[in-house]
Amino acid sequence: MANGQATPAHLAVSSPEPVSQPNGAVGWDVKGKWQRTGMILTGRRWGLVLVGLLLASLGVVTLCSRFGAASAPLGDVFQALLHALKTGELDQASIGTSGVILLQVRLPRVLMGFLVGGSLAAVGVTLQALLRNPLADPYVLGVSSGAALGAAVTMLLGIGTMMALLPILPLCGFAGGLLTLVVIYRLAQSQGRLSIHSLLLAGVILNAILTALIMFITSIMEPNRSAGLMAWLMGSLTAPGYPALGVLVGYAVFVLAILMQKAQTLNVLTLGEETARSLGIDTERTKKHLFVLTALLTGAVVSVSGMIGFVGMVVPHAVRLLLGSDHRLLLPASVLVGGMFLVVADTIARTLFAPAEIPVGIVTALIGGPFFLYLLLWRKDRML
Amino acid sequence: MAASMTIGSPVQPISIGYAMDVENVSFRYGADQRGRAWTLEGVSFGVPKGEVLGIVGPNGSGKSSLLKLLAGLLRPHCGDIRLGGHSIGRLDPREIARSVAVVPQEYVQVFPFTVVETVLMGRFPHRRASWWSMGIGDETEQDLSYVQQAMIETDVVPLADRLMSDLSGGERQRVVIARALAQEPAILLLDEPMAFLDINHQIEICALIGRLKAERQLTVVLVSHDLNVASQVCDRVLMLKDGQLCRMGAPEDTIKPDVLRMVYGCEVVVDAHPQTGRPRVTMPG
Repeated sequence: MANGQATPAHLAVSSPEPVSQPNGAVGWDVKGKWQRTGMILTGRRWGLVLVGLLLASLGVVTLCSRFGAASAPLGDVFQALLHALKTGELDQASIGTSGVILLQVRLPRVLMGFLVGGSLAAVGVTLQALLRNPLADPYVLGVSSGAALGAAVTMLLGIGTMMALLPILPLCGFAGGLLTLVVIYRLAQSQGRLSIHSLLLAGVILNAILTALIMFITSIMEPNRSAGLMAWLMGSLTAPGYPALGVLVGYAVFVLAILMQKAQTLNVLTLGEETARSLGIDTERTKKHLFVLTALLTGAVVSVSGMIGFVGMVVPHAVRLLLGSDHRLLLPASVLVGGMFLVVADTIARTLFAPAEIPVGIVTALIGGPFFLYLLLWRKDRML
Repeated sequence: MAASMTIGSPVQPISIGYAMDVENVSFRYGADQRGRAWTLEGVSFGVPKGEVLGIVGPNGSGKSSLLKLLAGLLRPHCGDIRLGGHSIGRLDPREIARSVAVVPQEYVQVFPFTVVETVLMGRFPHRRASWWSMGIGDETEQDLSYVQQAMIETDVVPLADRLMSDLSGGERQRVVIARALAQEPAILLLDEPMAFLDINHQIEICALIGRLKAERQLTVVLVSHDLNVASQVCDRVLMLKDGQLCRMGAPEDTIKPDVLRMVYGCEVVVDAHPQTGRPRVTMPG
């Protein structure tokens, strides 16, 4: 509550007189009050919020595993899970048809959705701090397109199957994403802080160029392969299964662990590059690290799920409104909320027109796009 | 854990006579372009510990660039800037930040941080990152004490839970100064601290600078386009013209009609302030 516009009445009453000893003791216990009222992030609040979100995430994952073209009762979900955990067997004989669907089709997909959503939210948070812009999003800025182009080129040149390419694809996406990020940042740097409109314009143009190149690649591919590429581009979580999940887990855990260490640095970076430097951050090095990390994560995500938009913008924004801007809490909370968001969006995509399903990218764009416009048009004064 | 005590700053401005000294510094933007005019050329001066130094001069004379050079945000093309005897180019940003704090001209915060969170960021250069804690619970008792002290001195304690975006210009300026004080600097650099502020806030900031000098023995360097502000708050005034040091000395010796004619190229009326006796500049009637 303290991070909203709470009235400072409880503090105004006890406004202390300026005390004249330079480092002397002070009679008022304002420190304790800051901690109790949540103005300063304490370990206790951090833990409580994240444990709460973790439990909610577990609930969402379990619940959403239930829904689908063939709906399984919640009891079966647990039973199948338990059985699989006990015996380590996934064959149909021991867990039944619904168990097979659940464990080999739906669960990997839900977990993939969770990871993709969480990763996109983390990339969004990082880009927003780096560009000092609350509307920054890997999809809107063209970073996802860059990564997609990298992956598409690899698929075009690739002799092997998707499976063989699996661990390499993220790296190619990484290269494309990094290139786009550097262009965006150069633009942002040339005029101090790039205004939101110029930044969006740069994103639109980059997106147009990169999409044209992707279209070019699809047009020279064999028709049956290009159809698959198109479906992937629209953003879908029809996962190739556990191997892809494993690759993504590797990348995501690696990047998120480092990003979490940089949470304080992200806080200071939002003050602007010069202030960050004057507070002791080696901005050039930090920026390079953050670029590489975000491009790596975007590359990994895009190579398994295509271009899913707006998660990186909507989720951090909502979390910031509720929990404040401190990246030590904002980053992990956004990861969990982003995961839940995408799992729910994917469940809608799977079930709305079941047994047919729509790409989840369409669902997130339909939720995120209007939200984005709302922020751009009506929240201009405060946030931009 | 007393983070600020255990991390001994290698910079000890006390041991040398000058808190900061600038030797024959030249600087231009775009260092490789030969044809480009110097922004600053051959500037040399020293700032004794505990002095309030004002940098004045016409628009484009290089005031802000000089301040950024002092802060280590820009690197001189030639010459040397020493912080307590150490060349600033050899110190890493964190070491500089432990003894030099900067209050920039404008504060742009796009994210909803509260006042107390903003001031806490001033403790950043004194923190030690640890791999396992993820930055949680980094605020030691001592960090909070420094923050509280800084907020009391700048009188922003009642604003603690307000968002930066909801503050007035004067309040915001005081919060940014509080953040700088939380850094426990030996030297405070202020870029146009009074610009865009109403007269009441100007008086507050003037009084604050006086208190910081008296109580914290802080060395203050401030850039101001307002000669009267410089005259009132500063022990010495440094005048820049076209990137060159034109005159430096006590306000009485620098803020004089003939010097101002030379630097600004116009006639002004200079009389004594009725209360302080310091030079006062007004437009001719």
